[in-house]
Amino acid sequence: MHAPDGFIDGPTSVALGLVAAGGVGVALRRAGQVLDDRQIPLAGLTSAFVFAGQMVAFPVAGGTSGHLLGGVLAAVLVGPWLGAVCVTVVVVVQALLFADGGLTALGLNVATMALVPALVGGPAFSGLRRLLPRGPSGVVTASGLAAGGAVVLSALAFTAAYAVGGTGTAPLAGVAAGMVGVHVLIGIGEGVITGLTVGAVLAARPDLVWGARHLAPGPAPAGAGATA
Amino acid sequence: MRARARIGLFVGVGLALAVALAVVVAPRASTEPDGLERVALDHGFADRAEDHALAASPTADYGVAGVGHDGLAIGLAGVVGIAVTFAVVAGGLAVLRRASRRSA
Repeated sequence: MHAPDGFIDGPTSVALGLVAAGGVGVALRRAGQVLDDRQIPLAGLTSAFVFAGQMVAFPVAGGTSGHLLGGVLAAVLVGPWLGAVCVTVVVVVQALLFADGGLTALGLNVATMALVPALVGGPAFSGLRRLLPRGPSGVVTASGLAAGGAVVLSALAFTAAYAVGGTGTAPLAGVAAGMVGVHVLIGIGEGVITGLTVGAVLAARPDLVWGARHLAPGPAPAGAGATA
Repeated sequence: MRARARIGLFVGVGLALAVALAVVVAPRASTEPDGLERVALDHGFADRAEDHALAASPTADYGVAGVGHDGLAIGLAGVVGIAVTFAVVAGGLAVLRRASRRSA
């Protein structure tokens, strides 16, 4: 979903840049307030893993591909605020080093691919997790469902930007339907990858998973007290 | 300190898996248009895309320039991205942590 330069007009891009900068600033401050030393390497790993995961495009219907966005995965692993920071770094590095995602579209791309998934999808995970049975399977299921839903939300966020400042002339309804339709399919992949990854980390080191801190016995694990 | 060492092991294994994804799987990944590109093509605004300002960068489009083998070029670009994202996040947070300790 990396938008190139030119899809969204200048004023909207500038406004989205300001929104994204403000959002990342808040996320950084909130993440810093509850930062535990143990989370520093974990956050680095989360960012690196999301970067690698985003390189693996998988085919969906009709000559189209999708790839992991990773915002909910990051939120479940290190908490929504720190997760938003991790994915923001991925999106910025992709734009600056790999020419993926336009420089003027950086605010848009940070908003749609980092802030919306981590800061909306993360709390959605927490809500779903409370509705599901307590235990690792509940965490995995909530992760997958929230991750899949977050991709559709990201698609809607892009559509909203297109509605305000899109340079294309196609009617909004068609673009919205197209974005939602294809991203429902991509969201299924996102949900499966997120669920499998969270399940694997839970099997190896459940104490390191922010979204499973309610399962940990004894002293509060890293990041406890971080609220979504 | 044992807990810390075991986190080191976990992070090391995780980074190795990320490198494996980039080196082994990414070169075989789909090259079809992604969801947004598909919609842009179908709805006639794909041609609004402008060339990337950094399209000449040595790692543009996830390929290290000058490496003859496509798969290797992609894998190396992946390793660069993994190293940079890890270093920026872990390094940045360590600096933030030190600064907040000093002011506390």
